Amino acid sequence: MTRRTKIAAALVFLGILHGLAIFAGFLAPYPYAEQHREFPYAPPTRIDLSRLQFLVHGRLFGVREPGVVFLLGSDAYGRDVFSRLLYGGRVSLLTGLLAAFLSLGLGLALGTAAGFYGGWLDRLLMRGGELVMALPWLYLLLGVRAFLPLHITTVQAFFLLIAIIGGVGWVRPARLIRGVVLSARERGFVLAARGFGASDAYLIRRHILPLTLGVVLTQATVLIPQYILAEVALSFLGLGVSEPVPSWGNMLAEAQQYHALVAHGWMLAPGLAIIPVLLGYLLLADTLLEKGVRRIFRGGKCV
Amino acid sequence: MRYIGRRLLHGLLLLVGVSVLSFVFAELAPGDYFSELRADPRVSAEAVAALRTQYGLDRPLPVRYAAWVASVLRGDFGYSLAYNSPVGPLLWGRVRATLLLTGTATFLAWLLALPLGIWNATARGTWFDSVSKVVLSFLLAIPDLLWAIVFLMLAVETGWFPAGGMVSPGPERVEDVAWHLVLPVAVLVLGMLPTLVRHVRASMAEAIDSPFALSARAQGIPRQRLLFRHLLPAAANPLISLFGFSLGTLLSASLLVEVVMGWPGLGPLFLEAIMARDFALVLAVVMLSASLLVVGNLLADILLYRMDPRIRMQ
Repeated sequence: MTRRTKIAAALVFLGILHGLAIFAGFLAPYPYAEQHREFPYAPPTRIDLSRLQFLVHGRLFGVREPGVVFLLGSDAYGRDVFSRLLYGGRVSLLTGLLAAFLSLGLGLALGTAAGFYGGWLDRLLMRGGELVMALPWLYLLLGVRAFLPLHITTVQAFFLLIAIIGGVGWVRPARLIRGVVLSARERGFVLAARGFGASDAYLIRRHILPLTLGVVLTQATVLIPQYILAEVALSFLGLGVSEPVPSWGNMLAEAQQYHALVAHGWMLAPGLAIIPVLLGYLLLADTLLEKGVRRIFRGGKCV
Repeated sequence: MRYIGRRLLHGLLLLVGVSVLSFVFAELAPGDYFSELRADPRVSAEAVAALRTQYGLDRPLPVRYAAWVASVLRGDFGYSLAYNSPVGPLLWGRVRATLLLTGTATFLAWLLALPLGIWNATARGTWFDSVSKVVLSFLLAIPDLLWAIVFLMLAVETGWFPAGGMVSPGPERVEDVAWHLVLPVAVLVLGMLPTLVRHVRASMAEAIDSPFALSARAQGIPRQRLLFRHLLPAAANPLISLFGFSLGTLLSASLLVEVVMGWPGLGPLFLEAIMARDFALVLAVVMLSASLLVVGNLLADILLYRMDPRIRMQ
């Protein structure tokens, strides 16, 4: 396989996974909070094609009312784990994407400023970054979370998570981008443009930022899965998105309970769902980081 | 020695910086331990204010910081309002448990990763290498949290291993603790191993491809001796940096594993402190985790200094 097909394959694979979550409203047979109290911890339903109805009530499939279909079993309240898995993926994957967007944006702004202007700004940002990196990342996330209100609505919690995860994650991308900008600043065509009287804003926009694209892309493929895991960890610990809105983290928290451990293995589904997502991003990151690409993208010393 | 002194000073400054930053952040944050009380109609506003005065929460920030530093120097690390005791004594047992867990896991992970990585590096291009690459990628994509829950499930179902905790009831015995240690350590090792093996493989591959390795082989140095005596030290630098770097990930993974498996380390204590809004305890755990990381990085620096004469000559 060439690198191009590998990247395309990984992107298509990830696209499908994200699509499953985005179209949860259509693909899931039940709303995420719908309870079937008469079926707590029902095992996965045996599929009987003759009873399955397609395209009913604006959903892909379902069964006639008294019957239920739980592709991955049900939880303590008789909620369909498969439906909650899809809706939960929405929360978890979106948190990863938005938090990565935030931290890369911050990293790009701060890293470029530090690398381009240097001086006290550079020293301040890099020293500040060291402080952030002096903590193990989960301790850092929890530490920041500790000082913020505990009892908040789900929507607030969602945006708070994105703000925290993205807000403390800018350091590593900022450092890498700073490095690229430092070397880019001294390259011939940049010096020439400066000599012709180009303004700082023009130089950054036209010449410096395009050179950071490679680092930004590879960092995105590394950071997004890491942030998905961060959301899962925080929600698992009860500090993130809370019931009844599902996220893979708070669903796993239920799987940890004793009776779920003994007899209800399907409660592990959200944990297993993370694996293909991480694999997709891993493949993408590995392919992007292969030597040739790294040399093309690094800016500075290539050709 | 001056190099190590400088690294030590740098680490200390980092810790001071982290503590100042935490204080400022706590100051900006809304609410404190008594906020919940304030919402309770049976408790008057004066009573809450009196409590805050009693515990010195109404003093200005620099005064509180100075008081905190003094209490750190006494070994108290502030006063936990939730436990109604100085924080220090609460911490030491927890730190011991976390260090036992992470220390064992690090040791075992490296013990496995070094031979595996070297083996992979020598077997590049063979089917063994391709298979191990795929296996490592899969391992890399399995989150620690899932391992922890799956292992707990196994423990509960088979009864071969204790399902959580560090000691059985009764007097503490070494073999009992070791028995409880097996599963949490296994989770951490599985979490770390793929990353470590990949890095060992990469840096060993670079050493094997270097010209000096070729000439050494041409001079008839036996393979084993070449690999371990000549190539491994040459490949060691990035690995030592990785050791320092991976500690942060390890401590984070350990936090989750401790919570899931009921290991009485810093993780569960931290979570309790957050839920109780006990800022003194939160601060102490944050500082401790930072100290562990700083000390780990210092160890890596010292090791690098011992291994690499180029750094000594600077």
